[in-house]
Formats: sequence, C-alpha cells, structure tokens
Amino acid sequence: MIGSIAALGAGLAVIGAGIGIGQIGGKACEGIARQPEAASKIQTAMIIAAALVEGVALFAVVVSFLGLK
Amino acid sequence: MYKSSILKTKIFTLLRICAVFLTLTAFSIPAFSQEEHAEGAEKKFEPSEVILEHIADSHSLHIIGHTHLPLPVIIYTDKGLEIFSSARLAHEAGEHETEAGIYKGNYNYKLVNDKVKIVNETGEIDEAATGKLYDFSITRNVVSMWMSIAFLLIIFLSVSSAYKKRQGKAPKGLQSFIEPIILFVRDDIARPNIGYKYQRFMPLLLTVFFFIWINNLIGLVPFFPGGSNLTGNIAVTLVLSVITLLVVNLNGNKHYWQHVFVPGDVPVWIWPLWWVIELVGIISKPFALMIRLFANITAGHIIVLSLISLIFVFKSFAIAPVSVAFVVFMDVLELLVAALQAFIFTLLTALFIGTAIEEHHH
Repeated sequence: MIGSIAALGAGLAVIGAGIGIGQIGGKACEGIARQPEAASKIQTAMIIAAALVEGVALFAVVVSFLGLK
Repeated sequence: MYKSSILKTKIFTLLRICAVFLTLTAFSIPAFSQEEHAEGAEKKFEPSEVILEHIADSHSLHIIGHTHLPLPVIIYTDKGLEIFSSARLAHEAGEHETEAGIYKGNYNYKLVNDKVKIVNETGEIDEAATGKLYDFSITRNVVSMWMSIAFLLIIFLSVSSAYKKRQGKAPKGLQSFIEPIILFVRDDIARPNIGYKYQRFMPLLLTVFFFIWINNLIGLVPFFPGGSNLTGNIAVTLVLSVITLLVVNLNGNKHYWQHVFVPGDVPVWIWPLWWVIELVGIISKPFALMIRLFANITAGHIIVLSLISLIFVFKSFAIAPVSVAFVVFMDVLELLVAALQAFIFTLLTALFIGTAIEEHHH
C-alpha cells in the first residue's frame, strides 16, 4: 500500500510541474509573438525557468522514491 | 551544384543514422534468452527490480550478456584494510536472488542489496560491525568517473597545448569545437552573474560544466563502457554541491556575511528568526542543486529503462518497434536534459558566487 501512495504523491507533483511549465511556455510564446526580435532571449529565459520548476517537481519524485523501500 | 552535393551528404548521413537505430531493434531479441530457466520454473519479470539494479551502483562491470568483470572491494574496518575481488562475493551466474558468496576475511562479508555487510556465522547481518565498516571499493561508478576524467584530460590538455602551439593563429580542429562552448560559459554564465571578477572562478565553472555534461552523456550510452548512472548517484552530486557551498561561503565578502548576521532596517527581536532563515537559505541552495541534478538524471534513466521493460512485460516482439521508437525519443530528450542540467548547475553556481562577492551599492 505504501508503494502506491508514493506513486500517487509523485503523480500529484507532476500535476504541479505540468501546470507550471505550461504557464512558462505559454507566456514565453506570448512574449515572442509580441516581439519576435527578442525570441532567443525569451527562449533562454524559458528554458532556465522550466529547468528550475522541473527541479522542484523532481524533489517530490525523490521523496516518493524514499517511500518505495 | 553545391546545393545538390550538400543535400546528398545530408540524406546519406540521415540514412546512416536511421540504419543504426533500426539495427538497435535487433538487440531486443537476444535479451529474451535470459528469461529461460529450468522448464516450468519461469520467473515473472519484475520491472522495478531490474530498473533499480540498473540505476544503482554495482561492484562489477557488466560488459555484455552475462559477462561481468569483477572489481576490487576495498574495505576498512577496525581490524584493518582488506582488498579482495568482488568475484568472491558474486551471485551465481544467471539468477538473481540465490546465495551470495560470503568472503571470510577479518570478518565475514556478504553483499546485501549490492552493499557489503558483515554477517556472523549463522548468516545474519551484524548491524553493529557493519556500522563501523568503511567501503572504499572501486565500483562501477568509480570506473566510469575515472574514464570521464581521462576523457576530459585528453580533450582539454590537447586543446590547451594546441593554443600554446598556435599562438595568434586561428583555432583548428578540436580547438574550434571547444572554444565556442568555453566562450559561452564565459560570456553567458560567468560574466553576467559574477561581474568583473569572473576570471578567478572560470576554472571552477568550466570544470563543473564539462564534468557534469560528459558524465551525463556517458550515462546515456546503453552499452559498455557507458551506461553507469554517475551523476544520478547522490553521493557525486552531493560532493559537487558541497564544492559550491564551500566556494560561495569562503568567498563571501563582508557585505554578504553582514547581510546574513546583522541585517539593516530589521527590528532586533526578529534577528534570531532572521538567522535561522538565512542559514537555512545557505544550506538549501546547494541542496537544491544536488537534488535537481540527481533527480533529473535518475528519472531519465528510469523512463528509458521502463520503456524497454515494456517489451518484457508484454513478452512479444510486436511491442519492440513501438518501444524502441519511444526510447529513441526519450533518449534525444535526455541529450537535451544532459546539457541543460550541466548548464543550470553552472549557472546557479555562478549566480550564488555572484551574490557572495558583489559590491555593496545602495
């Protein structure tokens, strides 16, 4: 039973990551649409922010690993 | 005329790459033979077991099929140093959970979950003695790290000697491949975040960047000598983040430490709470670096291994093309993640160093 609760927790964390990175991507696309010259800067900022948000989501995955054993 | 010959080389290269990936599907077939045990005693395939075994460190190098190269086990106990081959501790070939060998040295050693533990005569784990055991073995991760160190030394020593020999001339060969990356680290990571004193920290940032990147890449290669999950080993990322912690805090100037201990414009009764928050902040930033790198790389490996395990779970060849297609896609994504995680680690290290050494300006 513990194993499946860990999996549930990981799934919930992924919801957060999905929403967060989706927002980042969406705003980045809007920004590029408004000012196409700044596309590469916006893209760099988007990638950095996405990696940070994903880091937080993976904290939760790591904690769910601890629940495995 | 130019265009057509360039197009031809592109198509040819693409076809070669596709051919390589298609031949990879052939490798899903030999793996079946490991499932054949004695008649009627077919063991159920446990994906989680196989995956965790591949993620974790191990005391022997898995070369191909059932061939293992045992690595030395180096143990320091209170009775002294012991070095022996892990072949003495090995499982019997071909099965998973049979009697692991027990090596009788100063104590009796046995591999439990791939960790060396001390057992007494009846075979039970002696927890007290195992607590005093220091394991300095050369494991698969250590071998992989040495290999990546050798790689890095070869590449960068040859590039630096090329620069010395070709003073004032345009870069050529490996130099011209490495130079833009080094300039990228300097101009997009070091200079904007650290300021005009960036030169001191360039060696550290370059080392961290290339070390993490090359180890991530070696971990993605599915066959020997690659494939060991080095940056997904939390001890390795722990050391990298401890290095960041030390560099940031030993280089903190007066203004940085003043901000931590004696903040201005804050009422005195808040100071203890402030100290707690600031100290937790000092620890948690490198901690996040450690967990981020570990979790990203390990998660990537787990995804790839799970998708390949689909073939064994369904026990049919028909799954193989789908599975391999997914795996190729995930591997390409993992290439991006490999470079991105190295970049993020280096960027955040530069950022923390920058906050530690920045001048005070109101």
